[in-house]
Amino acid sequence: MSHGTLFDKVWDLHKVSRLPGGSDQIYIGLHLIHEVTSPQAFGALKDKNLKVKFPDRTVATVDHIVPTDNQSRPFKDNLAEQMIETLEKNCLEHKIRFFNIGSGNQGIVHVVAPELGLTQPGMTIACGDSHTSTHGAFGSIAFGIGTSQVRDVLATQTIAMNKLKVRQIWCDNKLSKGVYAKDLVLHIINELGVKAGVGFAYEFAGPAIDELSMEERMTICNMSIEGGARCGYINPDEKTFNYIKNKLCAPKKEHWDKALKWWQSLKSDENSIYDDVIKLDASKVEPTVTWGITPGQSISINQKIPHLDDLSPNDKAVAKEAYEYMSFKPGQFIKDTPVDVCFIGSCTNGRISDLRVAAKVLKDKKVSKNVKAFVVPGSEKVATEAKQEGIDQVFKDSGFQWREPGCSMCLAMNSDKLIGNQVSASSSNRNFKGRQGSPSGRTLLMSPAMVAAAAINGRVSDVREFIN
Amino acid sequence: MKIKFTPPIGKISNMQGQCISLIGNDIDTDRIIPARFLKCVNFDSLGEYVFEDDRKTLKGKHPFDLKQNKNASILVVNSNFGCGSSREHAPQALMRWGIKTIIGESFADIFYSNCIAIGIPCFTLSKKSIEVLQNYCDNQCLFLEIDLKKSLAKSKDLNFNLKIKESSRKMFLSGEWDATSTLLENENLIENKFTQLPYVKFNTNSL
Repeated sequence: MSHGTLFDKVWDLHKVSRLPGGSDQIYIGLHLIHEVTSPQAFGALKDKNLKVKFPDRTVATVDHIVPTDNQSRPFKDNLAEQMIETLEKNCLEHKIRFFNIGSGNQGIVHVVAPELGLTQPGMTIACGDSHTSTHGAFGSIAFGIGTSQVRDVLATQTIAMNKLKVRQIWCDNKLSKGVYAKDLVLHIINELGVKAGVGFAYEFAGPAIDELSMEERMTICNMSIEGGARCGYINPDEKTFNYIKNKLCAPKKEHWDKALKWWQSLKSDENSIYDDVIKLDASKVEPTVTWGITPGQSISINQKIPHLDDLSPNDKAVAKEAYEYMSFKPGQFIKDTPVDVCFIGSCTNGRISDLRVAAKVLKDKKVSKNVKAFVVPGSEKVATEAKQEGIDQVFKDSGFQWREPGCSMCLAMNSDKLIGNQVSASSSNRNFKGRQGSPSGRTLLMSPAMVAAAAINGRVSDVREFIN
Repeated sequence: MKIKFTPPIGKISNMQGQCISLIGNDIDTDRIIPARFLKCVNFDSLGEYVFEDDRKTLKGKHPFDLKQNKNASILVVNSNFGCGSSREHAPQALMRWGIKTIIGESFADIFYSNCIAIGIPCFTLSKKSIEVLQNYCDNQCLFLEIDLKKSLAKSKDLNFNLKIKESSRKMFLSGEWDATSTLLENENLIENKFTQLPYVKFNTNSL
């Protein structure tokens, strides 16, 4: 059993009681909600005649269903309109702060909360979305929950949960040029497998992690869930505190000093006990691309799609399914695979630094005529910042469509979808069958810089050939 | 949907029913219920869309479309079932189709929590035992009786010791799996905890 880790400390701080069944009752410091997983929870409160216990500790935005082309109301899609109206009504009725479209602060929930300074070290954070692990980048303990647990948080600000084990993933050295946080996390998931994290929280640590910016750290923690870990976190440091400072909801003046003092005390002890420790060399990671139907099925840009003989017995069946679904042959290079659609966005890689990196690759270049390319900023703030820097123009000049903020084609709940068996180069997080809106659509996950390179060549490419 | 859906309530201790086998590792919640069906403000109509895309692809040959499975209520799956998105719509869709219990090699964490929260016990068995169950299901109808108290599953010629997290087992047996009321019982402790959290003090003006 782990001891002395940040996870243990934050868990213990928030533990309200040991429940009769043996699980812990955990206080949730920050609850984030959106339109897809909250309506049934509010419905259940009504059925049980309950109120929201701490309305100040829940914050809402709208992201999954919003159109990215025309956001004027009512939305063209009646069901999407009904969902946003339901959220508006619920927030108004229960006095919950709601960052709606046009507020200047709307966007993907996991982009918005950090940029508002809501996400802070030492908190417990829950949201009805599996990518809530993103917030762990700040040294908070953050995890996704289902709608029944959203109901429990609204009604009690607590949930019943069994304590997770802690695995430290120690990343030595640093990433080489043209290799990004996305490549590192895809590499980690490939090494450990998509179910290794079940029952664990992942602590990402080591020189390669220290080196990363806050936004890169968010990319790493974001995809913990793709490795099976409901929660992923990084011990906070000066970069964390600097990122939070002066944000809208950050502590101010004398409160800042108190907060800083507390945050500086929050980290895993040097002699912490972990349930497991894995070490890897970040300098060996290369630009990485998925070839299959799980985020664990990835290879470096210059590798070939593995043969069944190269895989462990447990991975063979899913690999067979992947060859068939993706129309790939084992032994085939992933490089030069033609792509139809290029998508930059999502809670994994839709932040300003992601857009900057992609724009750098695209500057003075044109998107291949065979490719439909579009970029969806992670939030209204990201979009505004990009416009101030002229990045939107770089995208537009290259042939990318510049869209409004939302989750978009990461999960295709709006009208941004693949058609038929199109291949997409995507900066998102899941390459599951049908994930991007077409039951036969094919997704290749990669870093935003690699998506930009693929857009220019119309084929999967090595971004290192574009940057000097 | 086969019969009018009634959600489970109260103590859950014995289950019996026909098994339905679904073979494959890492079956994600996007496959269980594709995202386009999440555009709803209640769960009522999800049952008919469970595995919609997989079923369309298999044109009537998906286990959830086979005539002999239409009354099945115990789903037998492989490893990491329910990975990916946290959408509770996935177990809600399974439950509304008729699934009351799941037996698998392993489950993704959030999917497991969601199942427990809505009254679907999830048991684990070794890979080998799951194979035995799945082979049996594919050849003939398999009816199982499950005793949650003893964590035992039996049919006329098979016997298995099932595993389930002790906290989940206790919650089902006592009927406290619908957590809200249990959590609310500690209202004073919740209030106390709130006042003890350091960040509540320095964030009072901002939230």
